Parts: sequence; structure tokens; C-alpha cells
Amino acid sequence: MPSLGKIARRTFLIGSAAIAGGVAFGVYAAQRPFANPNLDDLPKGSASFNPWVIIDSDKITLIATHADKGQGIFSAQAAMIAEELDVDLDQVEISFGVPDKAYYNRAAIDVMAGFPMYDNSPTAETVRGFLGGIVKLALPLMATGGSSAVPDSYDKLRQAGATARETLKLAASQQSGVPVEQLKTERGAVILPDGSEIAYTALAGAAAGITPMADIPLRDPKQWRILGKPMERADMVEKSTGTLTYGIDFRTEGMLHATIKVNPRQGGAMVGFDASEAEGMPGVKKIVEITGGVAVIADNTWRAIQAAEAIEFDWGEAPYPAEQDAHWELLSNTFTDAHLNAEARVEGDVEAAEGEEVVGEYRSPYIAHAPLEPLNATILVGENRVDIWTGHQIQQYVEQFVAEITGVDQENVHLHNMFIGGSFGHRLEFDFVKQAAEIANQMRGTPIQMTYSREEDFAHDFPRHITMGRGVAKVKDGKVTALDIQIAGQSVMRSQMGRMGMSLPGPDAQLHEGAWDAPNFNLPNLRVRSYRTEALAPVSSWRAVGAGPNVFIYETLLDEAIHKAGADPLAERIRLMGHEPSVKVLEAVGEMCSWTGPNIGEGRGRGVAYGFSFGVPVATIVEVTATDAGIKLDKAWVAADVGKVIDPVNLENLAQGGTIFGLGHAINCEITYADGMAEQTNYHDHEGMRLYQCPEIAFRPLEIGTKIRGFGEPPIPPSAPALGNAIFAATGQRIREMPFYKHIDFV
Amino acid sequence: MKFTVNGTEHEVSVEDDMPLLWVLRDELNITGPKYGCGIAQCGACTVMLDGQAVRSCQVTADELEGTEVTTIEGLGTPDALHAVQAAWVEHQVAQCGYCQSGQIMQAAALLDMNDDPSDEDIDQVMSGNLCRCGTYPRIRAAVKTAAKTLQEA
Repeated sequence: MPSLGKIARRTFLIGSAAIAGGVAFGVYAAQRPFANPNLDDLPKGSASFNPWVIIDSDKITLIATHADKGQGIFSAQAAMIAEELDVDLDQVEISFGVPDKAYYNRAAIDVMAGFPMYDNSPTAETVRGFLGGIVKLALPLMATGGSSAVPDSYDKLRQAGATARETLKLAASQQSGVPVEQLKTERGAVILPDGSEIAYTALAGAAAGITPMADIPLRDPKQWRILGKPMERADMVEKSTGTLTYGIDFRTEGMLHATIKVNPRQGGAMVGFDASEAEGMPGVKKIVEITGGVAVIADNTWRAIQAAEAIEFDWGEAPYPAEQDAHWELLSNTFTDAHLNAEARVEGDVEAAEGEEVVGEYRSPYIAHAPLEPLNATILVGENRVDIWTGHQIQQYVEQFVAEITGVDQENVHLHNMFIGGSFGHRLEFDFVKQAAEIANQMRGTPIQMTYSREEDFAHDFPRHITMGRGVAKVKDGKVTALDIQIAGQSVMRSQMGRMGMSLPGPDAQLHEGAWDAPNFNLPNLRVRSYRTEALAPVSSWRAVGAGPNVFIYETLLDEAIHKAGADPLAERIRLMGHEPSVKVLEAVGEMCSWTGPNIGEGRGRGVAYGFSFGVPVATIVEVTATDAGIKLDKAWVAADVGKVIDPVNLENLAQGGTIFGLGHAINCEITYADGMAEQTNYHDHEGMRLYQCPEIAFRPLEIGTKIRGFGEPPIPPSAPALGNAIFAATGQRIREMPFYKHIDFV
Repeated sequence: MKFTVNGTEHEVSVEDDMPLLWVLRDELNITGPKYGCGIAQCGACTVMLDGQAVRSCQVTADELEGTEVTTIEGLGTPDALHAVQAAWVEHQVAQCGYCQSGQIMQAAALLDMNDDPSDEDIDQVMSGNLCRCGTYPRIRAAVKTAAKTLQEA
């Protein structure tokens, strides 16, 4: 029988599947902490109290291991440690640290536990705890994703700061003879009763000999100095002066530049190629084959790209339908029992419910991630050592895959994680790392920086999955009485995890996420069924994953039903909602815009939508004007319950940015396939939102929920339906397909 | 050809059609200007060429002789921020930050020409610079703050 570790590494255990499997493990093993990786190479006289704090005679280093792709978690992690350590961020260095299982993500599994995130019942909590134990024992994965970095970090990093502080106090007590109870700490120093100070850096040597303290009570948030208040992000000055080194900016002695071309029919073979012209072009050092394509190595990125363009290829067929229409047709034939992913929610009896029917079909297209920093990685394969400089959200897998390609032991493969110029899910993928490793492995001893051209980035993205929704709503006596929703799409998780060599047994919850867990407890009849297919283009997690398309389907159908019922879109949503934090966010957003109804005259309209994703209820209202030139977005209001606010300024930035991301793609973006290739090649035909289109956006965070939540993704889902519902209010035109520009003009 | 970048003269010998962006990044190791699209759609590579904001991916090496180029590194430094950079920090504009070198250079060029831009002016001039993270509301506010600072200077 395979060990638990083997099962869990190759198979993702989710919810009841894990319980039914009867997997058991010792409580002790699950609670025992991992070894502190900083101790491996720690110089004498330095102290590391836990994996997150290192102090030597010169400086204090805080380890912030979550990947920062713009969400600000680098700074937020340091702030959580600093709050309890009693240092300020201008006194410390912050490092991404080294990939190690000690930094495994404790919170990422919660979203997959098979219970709605608002369900805090003992059963749900037991399963989450159980899965957390499995994750820790079998798959202690350092990962940033699923809006989990803040919930993962919140307790453990404050605890890391507190234990380091108390250990330093103990060292100071031993050194000074003053009892610990009489010592205080402030700005990186222990303060003695006479007012004299001993800097933490002066205590490092003594503290290194003390077993770190444990189980220190955390401070009441009312005492916070840093957290909960507006902060200056630690990366802000560098990002405003061009001095931050992204992966693409990394330079090292002797480095060469490379680019690749692989079959734009994703997963198709390379039948042949002719590089004779490219070989003689300026600066070209070498042209090598890699899996599914070719790499050009040159002394300059532009020269490499020019030469790659000069190669003639014979590409094989795509392993999916070549034309976009066939993708939709295939999806439309997926609403059958044979394709059933899950009957995810059944309340009452939608078929027996009485009332007038509202019927709709909804579409959400493929969309590219297209982060502004094109994917890139720099790799040096040396004698029994490999160094990798890139930004990635799943660090240990980067090391594992590069070890497999180069044949170097994984313990000698070192990822230096870098700041990331946007991801939106693309930096969860591994192709670009594997390709760079294949190139560097053929250029041993020479550091190779592989950069995608923007065109390669589009051609080789794994976009957001396409989704089709079919809904029937019923209304009676001015109320919505039933929603029956069917969602057909691709299994993102199967596609993505398949590329990681993992399988996913059972249903993929992302296919109904955001719909099955809508807390409309006062809606007597609700059914959500999802259907899946894998026969389409390869796809990947795109910011908010399943909740993006699914909330669009749910909230558009609901809006149509409310209109049919003659009810107020905000009041009826509040009436249907049985979940207090969700009621509060809806009330808050109504108050913020002084809601008086969807029609506010003079061609103006307001649309409201609600989305629940990653544990965060979000309500969004969008206001538009129908002008002669098209729809103009005037304003948006967003309210969300995040449980606890870490940095109100950064949170507002994420709320605005997430709303813009949702709106911009809903209006403007799709990837379509022709001849097996993505037709969109660069930002001119897939641009998201530009500044002139951007509405004013007001945000109000609430702190009602008992758990702290991450906010990178939750603003996305309600933004698109709020806009669609606003357009209906302003024009009477109901749009059931993204991108909206195909159906109506925008200013 | 010889040209000046941030006050320092450089001589490079490259193909006539090599874009300034790649001369800066891969020949001179000046990495503040970013590669985003290569076709003047994103503005991440924006620099000033003889005082004018240009997309450095569209300026070729044969146009550089005798010119003066200013990149984000030459606008201000962490210890001596330009008014636009200071406003960017004050408003905590950046998320991933990858577009911000170009945004800031475009904003600085706008304020050089027009020290009191209207909302429409800002929308028009800044819309060529794409921000995938959606920091536009903060960019608008920061441009206004920088304008005020520069007016009072």
C-alpha cells in the first residue's frame, strides 16, 4: 500500500474523499514544528528564533516567503512580524528566504475543504483541521495563491515576532540581571528600567544560546502600532524609482539571453524546423531544441527574439478543437448526466416551485493572464549546483522540476525568488521554468536568462477556462422563489494539476465555486449543478478562478429574476441573504451610494451584484451613463468583509485594482482559437482596462467575520455582473456574454 | 553611435534597427525602462528623448546620435525623489509596479508641458500606459498631487 505521503503528493485529497479514505495520522506528528531552515548556515553570533526572524550583530532580517506579484504581501508579512517583535520596518531587511517546507501554507487548503468558507460549524472546522494535518505531513507546500497568504501568515508571523521578542528579553535579563518582567521592548531594543537600551543586534550572540520561547500570547489588536493603520509598503520607493530588480532585470557575469518558440497549438508537436537563416544572425550564440520547440540563445534579448522570428516551423495539430465555435458547441453538449461534475447545492425543489419563469444562457470566454512582466527565468547549471532567479508562487516545485531536468540533486537546486511584475495566476505555471532549465542544461556553466516575447506569452498562456451557464429562475408575488443553475466548463484544476503530474479524483469545486456557496438562505428553492469536460484548450487558474464566471452567471440570472418580479435589486438581494456579514456588505454598499434604485434618470443606471469567494463577501454597485458614443462607466462602490484589516491603504488599492481588473476584462477581453492558435497576440487586441475607461471607485472594508481573509481575488467576481446589471438599468439591454463590447459600444 | 543617458555619454555599436529599449536594457544594463509589449501598446518602456516622452521600443538606434535620454533612474533617486515619484509614494500607487517606471515618465512629461492638467488631460495623456493591476485611480490622484507640488516649487 502506498504511503500517505505518496498518495497525497500525487493525488489531491479533497474534503470527503480524504475522510472516506480513512487516512489517519498522529496528532503529535501534525503538531510538531518543522526544523528552522535558517539554522543550517547560520554564522556564529547570529540568532534565528524561528524560520522568520534572523538577528546578527549588524542587522535584523525578517523572512517574508510568500511570493509578491503586486498584492503587497512582502510588506504585510514583515509588518506582522514587526508588530510583535517591536521593530519598525525602516530598521529591518526583508528577504524572500529560501524554499523550505517550514514555510508551508496552512490556509490554502481551506478553500478546498468541501464546505462553504462561511461555514464555521464543528464538522467543517474538523475537516479543515484534518486536511491541514494531511497537508503538513504529506504535502507541506510553500505556495502563494487562493487569496490565502494573509490568513496563512496572520497568526504564525505575529507568533514568530512575539517568540523572538520574548527570547531577546530573556537574553537581556540574563545579561543585565534585571528580571524579565521589568523589561520592555521598543524599536529594536530591550529597554531596562533605568531607561538604558540594549539593541537586539547586541543580544544576538547571547540569544543564540537560548532555546526560543514558545506559546507567547499575542497582543490585542487595540494595542497595535503598525497593523490596521495606513502603511508605506516596503517596496514602494523602489517601485517608484525603477530600482527594484524584477526577475527580468536580474543580471550576472557572463549571462546570455534566450527566447523560445513552442507550438502555438498548445501541446501540439514540433514536426520540424529550419533555423539556417537564424543561425547567422547578429549576436546568436546557439539554437537548441527544447520540449515542443526551439530556443535561441544570443547576447541580447532583442537579437534572440529577432532570430526566433526568422526560424521556420512545421507545427503539428492541436490536441483540441481547432476553431472557437467548436469549443462552444462542445461545451453546449456537456449539460448531460455523463458529464455531471457535481450536484453541488439542493435546497427545496426548484422544479416543483411555482412562479413565472425567467430563462437565460450565459457565456464567459477564455481570457489571458498577460501580466505586464513577460514570463522569464534565469538559470545557471553549474557543477552539482543549480541557481534559479525567477518569481514563482510554488517555490519547491520549481526546484523539483529543475532538479529532474538537470539531474542535479534537489537539495543543490536553489531558487532565489524575485519580485513579480504581475501574475493573475500565470506564475503558478511551470513551463517557462522548465524551458529555461532545458536551455541552461544545454549551456552548462553559462547563466541563461530566458524571456518570452509578448507574442509568445499570449500564444503560450493557459487562459481562464470558458464557461457556459444555463439558468431558470422563478418569481411569484414580487419575490424570487427559485434559482436553478447549471454550469458547464473545463476542470481548471485537472488541467493545471495534470501539468504538475498530479491527478484530481472526484469533482472540481471550482466549476461551481461562487454559485453553490451563495448564502441566499432565504431563497426556498436553489439548485446548482456543474458539468465538466477536459476536451478543450489547456487552462489555468485565472484570478478568482471559478468564482469569476460563476458569479457572473448567478448574479445576472438573479438580476433578471428580480426585474421580472418587480422588486428592488438591492432590497431583494438583502431579503434573500441569510448570512449576516453578507447582509451588512450589501447594506454598506447601498449606503455608500445612497441607493434609490437602479434607474436614476438621464440615461444613467446602477447595477448591483454580490459575490462570495475565498471567504469574503463582496458587494459592488456600478453606475453607468448611456451616451451617444456608448456606455460610460461613472462610478463604482465596493464593500467587503475581510474579518480584519492589515493595511487600509493597500486594501483599498486591491479593491480598486481588482474591480478594474474584473470590469476591464468583462468589457474588452477574450482569447479565441483559430487553426488551433490563440488569435489574440498582444495588448492591442486584449488590453484590459485603460485609464480613460476607469470609473471612480469607493471602498469600505468591514471587520465582522471571525476569520481574517485575503483580498487579492474577491473583488473580481461581482464586478462584471454589477456592470452588466447597470447597463440593463441604463439601456434595457441585457448582456449575457462576456466580453460585453461584442454586444454594446463603450466610450 | 554616441548619445547621453541620464547625463552620462555612451557609445554603442549595434544594428541600426535595434530599439532603444534593448540598447538600454541589454547593452547598457539600465533596467528601469521595462519590456512589456514591444509594439507601443503598454508604455512600460517610456523614457524621455530630448525632453519628449517616447516609447523606447519604437525608437531605433540609428535615431540616437547626439540625443539625450532620461530614464526613470535619471528622473530621481530613492534619496532624492522627483515630485512625481514623491507623489507616487505618497499615494501608494504601485501594486506589481512593473508599469510604473513608464507611468511616472509619462506623467513627468505631461507636467513639463502642462503644469495644471485637467481630468481630461490626464485621461488622454496617461491612457497609453497600461496598468494590468488597475492602479488608475491612484495614478490620477498622484498626478494631481505632483502638479500641485511643482506649481508651488
